[in-house]
Order: sequence, then C-alpha cells, then structure tokens
Amino acid sequence: MSRSLITEARNTWCPGCGNFAIEHALKTVIAARIEEGFPPEKFVLVTGIGCHAKIADYLDINSFYAIHGRTIPVATGIKLANPDLCVICCAGDGDCYAEGLDHLIFAAKRNIDLTMIVHNNRVYGLTTGQYTPTSPLHFKGRSTPGGTEEKPLNPPALMLASGATMVARAYTRKLDHLQAVIREGMEHPGFAFIDVLQICASFFNMTDYYNERVYTIKEHDSSDFWRAWQKVREWDYSADAPIALGTFYKSVEPVFNDKFRITRQPGEGREQAVRKLLERRIGR
Amino acid sequence: MEDFSVLIGGKAGDGINRAGFVIGRILSRMGYRIYMYYDYPSLIRGGHNFAIVRASRHTGIASHHFTVDCILALDQATLLRHAGRQTPATIAIFNSDSVKAGAPAAGLAVPLETITKEEDGISIMANSCLIGAFCRATGIPWDIAATVLGEEMPRETEKNLSIARRGFDAVQERYILPKREAPEVPLITGNEAISLGLLQAGLDAYVSYPMTPSSGILHFLAEVAGETRLKVIHPESEIAVILMAQGFAFAGSRTAVGTSGGGFCLMTEGVSMAGMTEVPVTIVVSQRPGPSTGVPTYTAQGDLAFVLSAGQGEFPRFVFAPADPAQAFEWAGRALNLSWKYQVPSFILVDKTLSEGTFSFDPEEPEWTGEDPIPCWDGTHPYRRYAESEGGVSPICHVPTAGAVVKVNSYAHDEDGITTEDRDLIARLVEKRMQKSPGMLAEVEALHPVGISGDPTASTAILCWGSTAGTCREVADIIGLRVVQPVVLSPFPARALRDALAGVSRIISVEDNAEGQLASLAGAHGIDISAQILRYDGRPHALEELRDRVLEVGA
Repeated sequence: MSRSLITEARNTWCPGCGNFAIEHALKTVIAARIEEGFPPEKFVLVTGIGCHAKIADYLDINSFYAIHGRTIPVATGIKLANPDLCVICCAGDGDCYAEGLDHLIFAAKRNIDLTMIVHNNRVYGLTTGQYTPTSPLHFKGRSTPGGTEEKPLNPPALMLASGATMVARAYTRKLDHLQAVIREGMEHPGFAFIDVLQICASFFNMTDYYNERVYTIKEHDSSDFWRAWQKVREWDYSADAPIALGTFYKSVEPVFNDKFRITRQPGEGREQAVRKLLERRIGR
Repeated sequence: MEDFSVLIGGKAGDGINRAGFVIGRILSRMGYRIYMYYDYPSLIRGGHNFAIVRASRHTGIASHHFTVDCILALDQATLLRHAGRQTPATIAIFNSDSVKAGAPAAGLAVPLETITKEEDGISIMANSCLIGAFCRATGIPWDIAATVLGEEMPRETEKNLSIARRGFDAVQERYILPKREAPEVPLITGNEAISLGLLQAGLDAYVSYPMTPSSGILHFLAEVAGETRLKVIHPESEIAVILMAQGFAFAGSRTAVGTSGGGFCLMTEGVSMAGMTEVPVTIVVSQRPGPSTGVPTYTAQGDLAFVLSAGQGEFPRFVFAPADPAQAFEWAGRALNLSWKYQVPSFILVDKTLSEGTFSFDPEEPEWTGEDPIPCWDGTHPYRRYAESEGGVSPICHVPTAGAVVKVNSYAHDEDGITTEDRDLIARLVEKRMQKSPGMLAEVEALHPVGISGDPTASTAILCWGSTAGTCREVADIIGLRVVQPVVLSPFPARALRDALAGVSRIISVEDNAEGQLASLAGAHGIDISAQILRYDGRPHALEELRDRVLEVGA
C-alpha cells in the first residue's frame, strides 16, 4: 500500500496539540489493517465540529465531516446501510458529551458496531476556552470566570451504565497504548468507546498533571463488569487520584447492525411489491 | 343517489377508525368510491371519536359532507354532538344499552352490548353488531357484509360474523343503497399513499421518530419492511433521524424521513447540513395546528413558510404539496428521485386531513415513476465529491468504491470536500449549489406543477394547496369556478401558475391557516388575491361549509 493516508490539506492545529497523536495513531492502525488486506475504501471516518473534526480533512479516507454533536447518528446510518464498512467516529468532549450526549448513550444502548474516539481535552478549544462536561470542578473558563459550580461527568462510567460493550481510556502521550486500544476498538464487534485524554496546548495544558498520574491497568479482568465499574470510578475527572489507562470492560453481545443486512439488489424494482400490497386491500 | 354519508361515533377505544374503515370497505365493495374523515382528540380512552364515511358514484372524492344520511351511535354523545348533521331522512342506529334519554323515536335501537355478551364476545365486537345493523338498514346484502368482515377480521372471524349477523337480523330495511357494477379499488390513507410512492421509487430506508399525524407512514412501512426489503429505524430523536438518513444516503441508500412541525423544528440543523453536504434526503412533513404542541390530532396548513425556509443559510430545495392519494403517490416517488438527481433535500408537505384520511385509490390513476437512474462517477479521473459541473450537480459516488475517496463536508469546502475559508472557493461553491435552481425549476415545469380543475374557462378561480384542494374542486364544480392548485411550492412555478390563471379576474384563496401563506407566496410573485377564506380551528371544511363561505365572499 503506497498511499500516504494523509491529504494535502494544510494542518491548522496548534503546535503541541494532542490531536496530532490521535491522527498519527489512527493513521497507523488504518495503514496496518490495509496492509493486512482490509480494503481502504471500506473505512469511513465521521467527525463532529471542533478542533478534532479537522482530522476528516487530514486523513485521506472516506469521511463525513458532520455537525456539532452529531457524529453518531450519521455513523449509525452509514453502518446500517452497509454493515461491512468499518465506521470510526472522532468527536470532541464538548461535541459528544454535551450536545451529542443522547446519541452517545443510545449508541451504547443499541450496541451499534462503531469505534468511538473521543478527543477529550476537557475544554472548548475552537470557541476559545469555555468549560466542557469533563472540565474539573471550579474550572475557570471564559464563560465561567469565577470557576464552574458543577462536577464533571465520568464518561467511562456513563458508558458502562449505558451498556457499551467496550469501554476504554487512553492518553495521547502513551502513543503505543493509544494505537493498541484503537485497534482493539476496531476489531471489537459492537460499540467500542475510547475516552482519549489529550491536552489543549492553548487553553488547558494538563501534560504534567497527566504524566504524574496515568498508569496502564494490568491483571485486570475486562469481562468483570463490577471490577470495571470500580476501576472507572478511581478517578472522577476532578479530584486528585491515579488515572487508569486501558480497556476497563469488554463483552461480546448481539450487534444492532447485524439485523439490517438484508438489502435491495441494485435495479430491483418495487412495482410488483407495491401492487401486491394494494391488492391485499381489496381482499385478494 | 349520487352520494351516501354515514357517521359512526363513540368513545376513544371503541375502535371507531377501524369500524369506519370496514364500513368504507363494504361500501367500496358495493361499487362506490370512498372518502373517510376521522376526527379524534389526543387521548387513548374516553372522549369522543367519530368518522364520516362518504360513498360516491364519482371518482376522486376527497372531502366529506356536513349532513349525513345515516348515523351510527355507540353512545349518547354521538347523537347529541351530531344532532345538527341529521335531516328528517337520516337513519339513526343506536346502541340501546347505553343510549336511553333522547333516543330518536324513528331510530333503530339495537342492544349492542347485550348481543355481544350473549355471543360471548369482547366489548369492541359491538362494532361488528352495529355494522351488521347498518348493512341491513341500508339494504346491503349479507354476503357482501360477511365477505368484507371476514377479510378485515382475520382473528375471531366466526365470532365477529355471528355478532354482525345478530345486528343484521335485529333491524328492518329502511333504504336500499343500489349496488353498482364499478370494480372495487383499494382504500388507503394519504400516509399509505406516500409510503407506496416512496417504495415504488426505490426507497431503501425509512427513519422516523413517532409524531402524529406522520406516524402512519412509520407504522405501515415497519409492517411491510420484511417483504419489501426496506430498513425501518425509529431512533432516539428527530435530530438523530435526519442525520441518520444522511448517513444512509452517503452509503448509497435512498432514504426518507417523516415528522410533523415539532419534530421538524429539531430537524432543521440537519436539513441545513443536507443543503451544504449535498446529500439527498426526502422529508415528509405532515402538518397539524401549532405553534408548539398545538392540537396534535387535528389539521392545519401552517408550516408552509417554515418548510420553505427551514435551515440556516441558502440552498435549493424541492417542496411538493399533494392534494390527494393519487398526487401523494406520484409526488412522493418524484420527491425521492429528484432529491437524488439534484442532491438536494426534497419535502412532501401534507397535513392530517390527507395523512389520516382514507380514500379510494385507483392504481391506474397516478403515474408510476419507478426508480430514476442517476449519473454516477465514471472512475476515469480522481474522485472529487464537489466537482464543478454543468448545472451544479457533481457526479455522485458512494462508499465503498475502490479507488475513490469520498469526502462529504458540512463546513464550507473545496471540490474535494476539504474545509476551506478561502473567499474565492467559498463563493464558487455557493454558486455551484445555487446553479441547481434553474435546472430544478425546468424539471418541475415539465411535470405539470399546477393542477387545474373545475371549469377551466371560469373567470373566478379558487387558489389552494394540499388537502384543501379536494373540497375546493367539488365546490368549484357546484358553483362553476376554476381551481388552481400548485403542487410544487419550491422552486415556485410562477410561470405555470400565471398560465393556469390566464383569463381569471378574481382569485379566492382557501387555506387552513391564519396568515394566508400561499396567498403571500403568490403575492411575492405578482399574483394578487381578491378574497381569502382561512380556517384555523383544526378542522377541514365540509363541502357545504366551504361552498357557503365561497358564496359569501362573492364567487
């Protein structure tokens, strides 16, 4: 495979932005899978709106650059139309945990086979620094200069509660691990949720904080829901605590899109079917 | 007799809609064309529901009479509420188990509950008893009643038939409705006509969140999904609906969605996205009174201006407003095809009257469009999703296509679908999208976008749109007026409308809204209205009511 997987679009992320690591990891995993024989045209990337979304411009694969918070419904439609596609969602934390939260919960609830990568920098970057659903308590942003009065969401806990069949966390400065988790997500049959901790170099640089606290979970039984529940609650995205990275939970359950494999053949007319439905109305 | 109308009324939960439909089927088997108006409040049990079934010798009926020839009362309220609809000749058949005071002396009393109980039936089977009595009273042969009841009641058929027979035997013949030799045609609702129109044009997926009065489409298509190889999805919200539909279309599936005003409010960001991404989607909006929740189970034409301009920014769109099931079938298919041909959103704008009304549908009447092929990328050069081309429509290519990278973008973008803020590129892509408009207009001009009926030489015309056209046509036939009905509302067929109004000196507009939204639209194109008839109480005009109002404004 000689394709570079990177377009000629000029990259406009800030120097030091965590998005570079996610782009690199995703590109590496896709390249590896293409190398192994997965058809490149079967990858589809869906993004929301925000800094993360520019990844749709930069990766040279099929993409649907959607709107704020709406990656999942678009991706769901694509996957239901053609369950053979490998559909990846990249969303921001504001994008996905605020305006898009209902879609996220429903994707987990229905176990649609998507790989959901949340670029969680815990701040609104492109709108210049307001708090997000995962900003720590008392976070001072441009809309909350006195500090927030609300606690952050714990997305992996939320996803466990919603029925996600793979729940993981990664960190942009642990690149090999990030790649491994993304690959695991793509290979997981069902809804794979990956909360990726990334820094915002301009508005919320947490590099030192994360570097001191992150650790990769070992000897963890990811089929044990209650173990996973305890693990994801170790750090609550606000108070000081060790931050576990890895796959907290994984189970194989019926996948929603599998029920929608029946497809009309190209050129298959419907006139007969419609006539039959009408005839039934007069008792024939 | 040209026409025969029967009203059946009772409480919500009594199965009035179903019973009305069965009566419609029986009258249809008798060789008549049918229209049924169904009136019900938004509650599950109690309240008052009624249906008026009209049987006519004429084809194309799409309105109800105010007065009725027969009234079937499951309860006292039906007789009281509809006293004004009765004439001395009206036959009243009532449930003597529940109607005591004020029972019409000349009426036919049938102890529906007693009979049903004696036959070991459940309470809803009282309908069968009433239908049996109705058939006997109007001289409908038992074998016709029994055949239709057998077809419409596949469960507990024998019990329903014996209950119906008891009703049939309980009364005397009062009137003989002549049997006609005309062949029976199917009875369908407007929602079913839209569904069938979409199916025959190659619908692959229907995505919808339930909302009256559009839900009938979701229910019907979900029911037939298996045998038609259709994917039917009910997601978490209308926001998800419109986005999911575009996901489907991106992967090559012809997709429609359906909702009413409130749900459509949520869809507008997605409609605007379709305008920018140029991903085809067909949107059925079935109107009910607003603003906000309004009156969920009644009718209105208040969302025309909203649908014409919904979504931020500027982009071309098709808006079609069919009047009856034949037009609904035809234009639903066209909406799907044209949305794909031009890669723009297309709308089918209807209302409760059409969506939930039941009509005789002659499959020979409308045009069957089938699935129009669309030009696809030929693979000879690198794929550019938004390549400039004549008429503004770029060759489409769906994922997965080997050798093509398909990039769809809601942000301003270049021809490859890559985000841009470059002023020249922005302007060029705006022009590319807007370039579609002339082609879209030429396309609809060739499809008879304006219906003309009544007396085409009359110098007074009724201007109307959507379901009101059915009543207007019949009023025009009585008084001798021309009826002009634009089926296409965007792109607005101004020239065709002016042609249809040639020689007209006086235009009376009829709309189910308070602002006269079509009148404003016509006015913006230099067509002036002489008088307006507006109705906004959630009810459609009965034939006599509209006739009187048209005469009042001086036809």
